[in-house]
Parts: sequence; structure tokens; C-alpha cells
Amino acid sequence: MNEVCFKNLNKEECHSLKVYRESGGYKVWHKILQGEITPEEIIDELKTSGLRGRGGAGFPTGLKWSFMPRQSDGQKYVVCNSDEGEPGTCKDRDILRYNPHAVIEGMAIGGFVMNASVGYNYIRGEFMEPFKRFEGALKEAYDAGLLGKNINGSSISFDLYTHLGAGAYICGEETALLESIEGKKGQPRFKPPFPANVGLFGKPTTINNTESFASVPEILANGGQRFADLGVENSGGCKLFSVSGHVAKPANFEIPMGTPFKDLLEMAGGMRKGGKLKAVIPGGSSTPVLTAEAAMAMTMDYDGIEVAGSMLGAGSVIVMDDSTCMVETLTRLAHFYYDESCGQCTPCREGTGWLYRVLKRMTDGDGVPEDIDLLLSVQDKIMGNTICALGDAAAMPVESFLRNFRSEFEYYIEHGRSMIKG
Amino acid sequence: MISDKAKEQIDAWIKKYPEGRQSSAVMEALKIVQAENANSLSAEAIQAVADYLDMPRIAVQEVATFYENYNHKPAGKHTIRICHNISCMLNGADNLIDYLEQKLGIRTGEVTKDGLINVKKVECLGACVGAPMFQIGDKYYENLTEKKIDEILATLK
Ligand SMILES: Cc1cc2nc3c(=O)[nH]c(=O)nc-3n(C[C@H](O)[C@H](O)[C@H](O)COP(=O)(O)O)c2cc1C
Ligand code: SF4
Ligand code: FES
Repeated sequence: MNEVCFKNLNKEECHSLKVYRESGGYKVWHKILQGEITPEEIIDELKTSGLRGRGGAGFPTGLKWSFMPRQSDGQKYVVCNSDEGEPGTCKDRDILRYNPHAVIEGMAIGGFVMNASVGYNYIRGEFMEPFKRFEGALKEAYDAGLLGKNINGSSISFDLYTHLGAGAYICGEETALLESIEGKKGQPRFKPPFPANVGLFGKPTTINNTESFASVPEILANGGQRFADLGVENSGGCKLFSVSGHVAKPANFEIPMGTPFKDLLEMAGGMRKGGKLKAVIPGGSSTPVLTAEAAMAMTMDYDGIEVAGSMLGAGSVIVMDDSTCMVETLTRLAHFYYDESCGQCTPCREGTGWLYRVLKRMTDGDGVPEDIDLLLSVQDKIMGNTICALGDAAAMPVESFLRNFRSEFEYYIEHGRSMIKG
Repeated sequence: MISDKAKEQIDAWIKKYPEGRQSSAVMEALKIVQAENANSLSAEAIQAVADYLDMPRIAVQEVATFYENYNHKPAGKHTIRICHNISCMLNGADNLIDYLEQKLGIRTGEVTKDGLINVKKVECLGACVGAPMFQIGDKYYENLTEKKIDEILATLK
């Protein structure tokens, strides 16, 4: 446990440059500055490591970095996505607070590999404590001559800046995030063109999640194979899981991919007093909900969670006990997506409104039997028909809640009240 | 409308972006101006930011209304932003919202008579393992209980 992003977690002042350096931090960066490693070698190590994007989509990071037109002339950018807004997710906040230098080094390495001399870290507006931490670390790095122009007399330059959000979940979507840095509303762009060709300010750009960047220095310091070996096939390394909800000791845990869910539940202190496991959302609110049975048989890796019927997403494990009303829980999630839809595409804008209104009517005691089919048909019309994945994210919970807990919805409609809460 | 100190702060943000891309600083400029004007953005404030950043007024208006962190009607001196999303809800956020409303004598969205406090329900603030939680100013308060809320409210002046 705690071998990569969290490896210094238990040390005093773990966020400081001093502690980061004592544990081998910036060694890889120094090698790069001395011309001892090539971009191609780094991409190969990342591919070997099996690191997949930690922001939710799980795209292999080495492959993504290889798509950047590094030989082309002109400015290029690396962007870190610290917008962390997916309900249930709170790991990037802790990386920024407790290991900011790993993010800085990871971004600088990315800048070198992709020939981008400028980076931005987009931090959600509410994260003022993590923002100040990260700014403090940036200052330390500049003062130590680790960032800037022609660093250490080399031909390598890398300038890194923060950008703060202002409260919009959709800005976590990578092209909405780029719009936001450009000072616009955070509305996702049509793709193609992809950011690797036309990104920030129209220039080639690569966007990665905070945890993805923070994993890079450790991978390169000890070799991609070692990282891969920490995990299982198809899911290299360790991953941070935020375990919240009805557990005795909610917390973030950095554990090897492939760890059984039941072990993770135990690390989180088991169920809180008196509760019996009822349901688990394993990857954040946008991923399908699982029954207790399916969850208890699952391993925490991309394939293991898929086999169980859901997705690893951002690793946000929301645990629910038998006091949970699934109708009311889904209604709250539906309200969230309705609120956060950017309104650009009709199926998402109208569909999220429908989903919420039908569920609201149900929880107000005015549901009708046709509502279940109506919900299923609305979610089906959203799936796959929108510009960005927020549409699917709104639809997927509906289908899975209804499939796994249908009788609760039927009860709510028939009796006008919750089967669980009365 | 924009003080010299605010201009200095905005200029520091502008420096982070390429030449001619000062509109990238609009989100922070609006926050800085909002903080100076009783926590809310008037039409004049939006115009002033537009002028300062050399942007069309409508572009600034769009940003000011798209993002949640901006207020367009009077807010309290302190805004309690309480999360009611899933992990907080599972840990009793709704009861705490009732408790706050009762204790302050206001509904969410309203300001106390003395102008000190308003309460806003917000979506996940990325602190789910500390649920239930709220934010006041730059600070997060986690693992809230009624007793903790009493103590926090007593410090708000
Ligand atoms: C609605 C929506 C919200 C998202 N929110 C985040 C987020 O908060 N953080 C994040 O890293 N990725 C988020 N993503 C995924 C990003 O679009 C992108 O895939 C990711 O940042 C890429 O980095 P990675 O390859 O390192 O995961 C979101 C996607 C969608 C559709
Ligand atoms: S799917 Fe929804 S959030 Fe995404 S672009 Fe379309 S309307 Fe906006
Ligand atoms: S659900 Fe409340 S902080 Fe995430």
C-alpha cells in the first residue's frame, strides 16, 4: 500500500521539496536535463508500465504521449486536469496537498517528451488549500532552478502555471477544460480535431489527470516493469481509491490494482455500525451501480470491475448499506447531471431534465407505473448521442439502478413512499 | 469599480498566459472584483472587467453566469456552501441542511437579516471521504456534526 503517489504520506512535511528529494524525487528530471534519457525511452517505459489515465477513461498514457506531434514547429502545451468534480472522487485533492512535487515533475517530464515548454495545472476553484500548496511547491521548484528557461544551462525549458476553475463539473471534460483556460464557458468541443492536434490556444496539447502525472516520476525512477508488476494484467501499478459512504473509516487508499474489493472494504474499517452492504458504485457517480453480491466478488482493476458489470472510472468507491433508498439516491444523482449539463446537445440538455423530473415526481409520491419505461427510454436516447461523455454518465446510473433495484422503484410508485425509509 | 490592488492581482494572472490572451484571466478577474463588491457581481462590475480585459461585455457575462462561483444577487458576508451530493447525502447532509436552516432562520438561497450568512447547496466538493462537509470562504470543514456546526457558526463575525 502507498507505494507511488502516496509514498511519503506518513512523513512530516511530506509536501516539501526536501522530503520529495530525499525519497528520490527529481532524479529523473535531472537525468533528462543532463541528456541521459530520450523521449522515446520514456514513452517505451510508460507503455511497459501499463499506466492508464486515472481521470476516468483509462486510456494508456504512453500511447497518448506518443500521439503528440513533437517534431512540429511552434508552441505545444501539457495540461494537468485537477478539476476533480465527479461525485465520490477526492484523490487528486490529496495528491496536490501531500505530493505536489510529483505532479510538477510528472508534468515537466511530459513537457520534455512532447516538446512542450509550457504547462498549466487546472485546479478546481474550490480547492484553495490544494492550490496554495501547489503554488508553494511551484515556487520551491523555481527557486531550486528546476523549472524555467534553459534549465541548468540545458536546452530544455519548462514553465508551469496554475489556472483556477470557478465551479462547473463539465470543465473536467478535457476540451471544456481547454475552453475554460481560454476564458470561455466550459462547453466541450466537437472532436476531431483532437487536442493533440488543435488544443489549447489552437496548439497541440496533451491533457492528463493529476494522478497520471504524479505516477510518472516513480515509474521512470524504478522502471516500467516494476510498476506493471505491482498490478495485474491490463491494469499496471497502484491506484488511489476514494472509499466513501457507509463505511467505518472512509479514506483514500493507494493499493495494487487487482486487490479484492472485500479487502479494500476491510481497510476502510468495514461497514459502519449496524449496516449491511447493499450496493456499491465502484468508480464515481457516472459508473453503473453494483449489488453487494457482485461487489464482493469483484477485484479492483479495469477488467475485474468490468466483469462485475461496472467501470473503474476515477476509482471512487461509494459504499451503501441497507438503510439506503435507491430511488432517492438516483434522484440526487439525476439532479446533479441535470444541473451540470452544459446544454449544448439536445439529448443531454432535455434528457437530463426529463430524468430528473420523472424521478422527482416519483419521490414526491406522484409516480405512475409507466415511469420506469419512460426512464429507460430517455436514458437510451441519451446514450451515445451526445458531444461529450456527460450524457452517457447521466444515463448509465439510471439503467443500472433500475436493473439491480427495480422492485424499490416499483414500490415507490405503488405506495408513494420509500420501501426502505417508509 | 476595480481598485488598484485588484488590478495588480488581475495583472499577475494575465502574465500566466501568452501575449494577447488576457481573456484567460477573466475567471479570476471576476472573482477578485466580486470579492471587492460585497460578494456579488453587478452589471457595472461585469462591464468593468470587460473593459479591463478588452473583451466584449457579452463574453464576460456568459462566463459570469455559466460558472457557479459567481453571485448575481446580494450574498452574505460568509457563504456556507454545503455539499448535498451522494457521499454527503449518505452521511446525513440533508439533516444538517435542515439544522442550518433552522438555526439561522433562513432557507438555502437566503441571507440572514444581519447580512452575515447565506447558505447554498452545492454539488460534490471533492472531499467525499470527509462527508458530510461544507466550505466557508477558502476553508473546508469536514466530518460535520450539529455540535461542530454550532462551534463553527460561533466563529463567524
Ligand atoms: C463530464 C466529464 C467530467 C470529467 N471530469 C474529470 C475530472 O474531474 N478529472 C479528470 O482528470 N478527468 C475528468 N474527465 C476525463 C477527461 O475528459 C480526460 O479524459 C482526462 O483528464 C484525461 O486524463 P487521463 O488520460 O490521465 O485520465 C471528465 C470527463 C467528462 C466527460
Ligand atoms: S453531452 Fe451534455 S455536457 Fe456534454 S456537450 Fe452535450 S450538453 Fe454539454
Ligand atoms: S459528495 Fe460531498 S464532497 Fe463529494
